[in-house]
Amino acid sequence: MKEPLLRVRDLKTYFVTERGRGTARAVDGVSFDLYPGETLGIVGESGCGKTVTSLSILRLIPEPPGHIRPGSFIEFEGRNLLTLSPPELRAVRGNRIAMIFQEPMTSLNPVFTVGDQIAEAAIVHQRLSRRAARARALEMLRLVGIPDPEARLDDYPHQLSGGICQRVMIAMALVCHPQVLIADEPTTALDVTIQAQILELLERLQAELGMAIMLITHDLGIVAGSADRVVVMYAGQVVETAPTPELFTRAQHPYTEGLMASVPRLDRPPAARLHSIPGNVPAATDWPSGCRFHPRCPYAWDKCRAEEPPLLETGGAGHTARCWLVAEPQRRMRRS
Amino acid sequence: MSAPLVDVRNLVKHYPGERAWLGLGRPRRVVRAVDGVSFAITPGQTLGLVGESGCGKSTLGRTILRLQEPTAGQVVIDGREVFTLGARELRALRRRMQIVFQDPYSSLNPRMTVRQTLREPLAIHRLAAGAGADAKVAALLEEVGLDSRLARSYPHELSGGQRQRVGIARALSVEPAFLVCDEPVSALDVSVQAQVLNLLMDLQQQRRLTYLFIAHDLAVVKHIAEQVAVMYLGKIVELAPAAELYLAPRHPYTRSLLSAVPVPDPAAQKQRIVLTGDVPSPASPPPGCPFHPRCPHPKKNQRCRTEVPALRAVVPGQLAACHFAEEPM
Repeated sequence: MKEPLLRVRDLKTYFVTERGRGTARAVDGVSFDLYPGETLGIVGESGCGKTVTSLSILRLIPEPPGHIRPGSFIEFEGRNLLTLSPPELRAVRGNRIAMIFQEPMTSLNPVFTVGDQIAEAAIVHQRLSRRAARARALEMLRLVGIPDPEARLDDYPHQLSGGICQRVMIAMALVCHPQVLIADEPTTALDVTIQAQILELLERLQAELGMAIMLITHDLGIVAGSADRVVVMYAGQVVETAPTPELFTRAQHPYTEGLMASVPRLDRPPAARLHSIPGNVPAATDWPSGCRFHPRCPYAWDKCRAEEPPLLETGGAGHTARCWLVAEPQRRMRRS
Repeated sequence: MSAPLVDVRNLVKHYPGERAWLGLGRPRRVVRAVDGVSFAITPGQTLGLVGESGCGKSTLGRTILRLQEPTAGQVVIDGREVFTLGARELRALRRRMQIVFQDPYSSLNPRMTVRQTLREPLAIHRLAAGAGADAKVAALLEEVGLDSRLARSYPHELSGGQRQRVGIARALSVEPAFLVCDEPVSALDVSVQAQVLNLLMDLQQQRRLTYLFIAHDLAVVKHIAEQVAVMYLGKIVELAPAAELYLAPRHPYTRSLLSAVPVPDPAAQKQRIVLTGDVPSPASPPPGCPFHPRCPHPKKNQRCRTEVPALRAVVPGQLAACHFAEEPM
């Protein structure tokens, strides 16, 4: 196996809540690896900590109210990103590790042209002249498949559709040929036909440029189609991780199971009722004791309420799950 | 087959092009949000209305309820012609037709408790007051699966799923027969989305409700609807029973939409039809078939660019607006 490109170990990002009444443990001990050239899917519902994880990697967490706890470790190219000085960090951000966001319309600056925004990174990081940077921006617009790129260069974001704005965001992110692209729900705000275009574009660019993609999404369909490996998050923790085919055939964590059963399927005849996970995602200021999923889990027993399970090896290659059922599989039978 | 509860005939909603620059500039072009739509819904059934943003599906839903005035056309609900009613008659009919909105965050008044929100329609329609109204509120909350103690809560104290349940309870409070559900689960997480979909289906059974279910998610619609209408640029391009539409879609747009939906199964790597380009502006729809600039159909020809295809029965019960609906793609 190749060496990981990015190594996240025991990442803890906490927020002090309003009026200092409590601490939201948004990300609470997350570890995973990202390998060169792969697409790693990070799935979970709102509030599970997937976005805070990605923002922590680039240290884009506003401090205060947020802070990354001592003991957290994010290794990239032999250095801990969490201890870099601001200039060292700037040399990584947008250059070696780039990011695209969910809302393309609000992530672009409305008062600069698309061309200027793409060129900025090339001027800052690669010290290109304005003219060379503009040529580079044009090349990028072509690369991401924007029709009539010369004309688009001088457009402002409000003149473009959501799909084109997301292509511009991708062009901006890739202008310095990053090693890692973090894509946080890159298609959630887009229509399904435009989503298909963007996913195909990311796939093609990955093949051409060879970067690793961290794809954050709530959509299991997107993960199934695009990711090589998957990390499932719940309540600020990684609850399961596996290669994609393994996860979809042999999910071990009851949360992953429940999530998969809740999705209405286009490829199956409709069932009378959808499976649903009872209750809501708990609040980050007040995670349940023991296993954080136990109040919603159909299998939970005393041990789950008392003791927090670690990530256990399930036996499948690279497949771990944070669930006591892995150690006591006979308990799964009893319910049905 | 019983008479339809909701009958929409050739409904048109155009937004006039306003003049830019304080009314002195050039008039902008008319936006044809809904452009001649007809369908009917059988009592107790669900019509799923799907389409991408800007196709006119929300405008259609709101115009049917006369939350905005139509440009032309006719809507008959429960035997009454919605667009000819006077204010008093319309208010009476509003008891029979209600709407659940997409965003449970902005569709509840943040300054009103759940109890106040649910009591308001009861007061307006003089259905209950005092202790009777409180009992009704408690019964409604129970029906939508909420703890009656939540009656004292404000919306910001509730989760997204809970808020959407309050929105549903509010719509049900006046005992309607017809509900427009405008993207009721789009803002919710999958596990909560499943809860709310199950609730909507249970309520339909118990109260024999008729739904117009507007959504952009084809898998959700497949789950809940008996009939499905697909909209593109203000027009219905395909209308069919759900089973047929999902098994054998006839319009190239429906086929592309279905193929674009990611399926949560890594083994099922189907052939994706990736459409090029964006949806054109409804202020300047292309001539001929509105879908022709993006259409991947191999038979596409000059006729598509000039002649608007009529919505016609391709097989009995399945309507599609395409000159080549019979041809394989």
